[in-house]
Amino acid sequence: MSPAKSDNSVPKSRLLEFYEQMLLVREAENRLSKLFADGEVPGFIHLSVGQEAVCVGVTSALKREDTLASNHRGHGHALSKGVELNSFFLEIMGKEEGICGGRGGSMHVADMSVGMLGANGIVGAGIPLAVGSALAHQVRENGAIAAAFFGDGALAEGVLHESFNLAALWKLPILFVCENNGWSEFSPTDRQFGANVRELAGVFGIPSDYVDGDDVLDVHDAASDLVTAIRAGEGPRVLECVTHRVRGHFEGDSQKYRAEDEMNSLSNHDPIAKLESVISKRRIPKKEVAAIREKIDAKINAAVEAGRAGNAPDFDRAQADVYTAVRGV
Amino acid sequence: MAEVRFGKAVNMALDDALAADPTVILFGEDVAEAGGPFGVTRGLLEKYGDRRVRDTPISEAAIVGAAVGAAMSGLKPIVEIMFMDFVAIAMDAMVNQAAKARFMFGGQCSVPMVLRTPHGGGVNAGPQHSQCLEAWFAHIPGLKVVVPSNPSDANRLLRAAIADPDPIVFVENKAMYSLKGEFDESSEPIEIGKAYVARAGNDVTIVSYGAAVNTALQAADKLASRNISVEVVDLRSIQPWDEEAVLASLSRTHRLVVLHEAVTAFGVGAEIVARMSDIGFDELDAPIKRVGAPFMPTPFAKSLESQYLPNAEDVIAAVEQVLA
Repeated sequence: MSPAKSDNSVPKSRLLEFYEQMLLVREAENRLSKLFADGEVPGFIHLSVGQEAVCVGVTSALKREDTLASNHRGHGHALSKGVELNSFFLEIMGKEEGICGGRGGSMHVADMSVGMLGANGIVGAGIPLAVGSALAHQVRENGAIAAAFFGDGALAEGVLHESFNLAALWKLPILFVCENNGWSEFSPTDRQFGANVRELAGVFGIPSDYVDGDDVLDVHDAASDLVTAIRAGEGPRVLECVTHRVRGHFEGDSQKYRAEDEMNSLSNHDPIAKLESVISKRRIPKKEVAAIREKIDAKINAAVEAGRAGNAPDFDRAQADVYTAVRGV
Repeated sequence: MAEVRFGKAVNMALDDALAADPTVILFGEDVAEAGGPFGVTRGLLEKYGDRRVRDTPISEAAIVGAAVGAAMSGLKPIVEIMFMDFVAIAMDAMVNQAAKARFMFGGQCSVPMVLRTPHGGGVNAGPQHSQCLEAWFAHIPGLKVVVPSNPSDANRLLRAAIADPDPIVFVENKAMYSLKGEFDESSEPIEIGKAYVARAGNDVTIVSYGAAVNTALQAADKLASRNISVEVVDLRSIQPWDEEAVLASLSRTHRLVVLHEAVTAFGVGAEIVARMSDIGFDELDAPIKRVGAPFMPTPFAKSLESQYLPNAEDVIAAVEQVLA
């Protein structure tokens, strides 16, 4: 991996904005990890620590009205697309006031008001949803595009291949984002998939790009170029972001299947550290960076407190939402 | 009142919906240029254009997955799965995505889509082109399952299904596509979840849905000549199903036979029997009988398939048992 570029053309405000967003995702997940260990978050959580440059780099190239379908490692996608932090924590802590009423939890965070069509508990299943969403944008001619986030673990899912084909045939406005962290759950992806995502895209005539997914500036630039082409009606694009999964497949996974060397090298790829080095080279005062850290800490503390203060979901209300209440025909 | 074929009645409902609402779109394998494998979507591409009426590749998982995503993004997609057997490839989109989106996202969205698909035997299509798999979907909270028994109902139920905000599996019996029936174009949509009494009677109730309702009516005709008065209840929709209407009929006749073309074991009939033996126990003068296909795949050869499919004689035998 090349070191992060210290491109002076990126405005300072942009650097700090990226920094703040990545830090929000990182610290939110660090806190979730602790809450999970302490028994305050039930179920399963899958953290994207180490992959923050992908969600922030891509969503910063999208607009609010663009839609996004995510996967089970989707906290970063949700937060960077604009899901409100308190309702995010309330959801993952299983509370009535959560964005999904405490019915979905970590694997199903969704917020239609910001175009976040949901994390997903089924590997690859969000991809055709994003294709359908792109179809809706195309038919409605609303100028919006869809994005599908998936890991390299989804590459062997048949529905991904079907989705590439359909999106290419119909020239749909969709950005496929592959977060390639090298691991398909507990197995190295080179033992799971016999091709690579860019070759696969090429087979369907879908242009693609490949970036260091730990460099938010590179991710943003590549995503922006692809999004421009998509908005111009040129059809789907694929962006492969090579990144690193620091935590296990889920919290509690001790990762005994990963080599010590690999684990020790992870800190060299940390996207937040990379951006910090850019910020430092630009001689941005340390107190500005510290102020961002304090701001994020305060927001997360407040969100955790909100989560703790939330109410247990009401069973009758949940049951009443299986179908839409309709009057007459 | 005009006579209309079942397939044409479906076509007319699709036509009306496409005309009335620009967010309605139709896609599936060979539904556009070819007009559908059974001709049901004929003429719609020419009328509404290739933006809203689309042929898809043979990719059931992506077709249904895309319908769910489109329904979450402002469209009302109607998709066709060429044979009900093929839904096996698209189950994730229906079961894990469409059915659960409203609930698991806290009521933020609904998934207003219709999956149309033909089920049923009688055309020697063999084990992978004949199955009646509606019970799979009826078992999933969040889905609705509608199965019309005649052309008029097909039209009126499909219009209601397209207008409905929730995901619906709309099942058409392929042996009925060319069946003619009376249809009044000015008729209103039928409320989903309401059964109707297709034939009134006093001695025994036969509950059924889809093409099997016609088998029940044939049996009722034959039994009438023996002075046995049969009431036939057409469920029209099996999820939700109208247990009040079934209980009301049982309360009049005190004897019940449940009939469907699907395999009897673990089928829709099992649910109806279980509910009636609970809430209708005091009304029953005899054990409830189920009539359906035996526990085996649908066979191909004419002689095998005709033995496999439940017919009027099977229904008559069941009625005789509950009256004995």
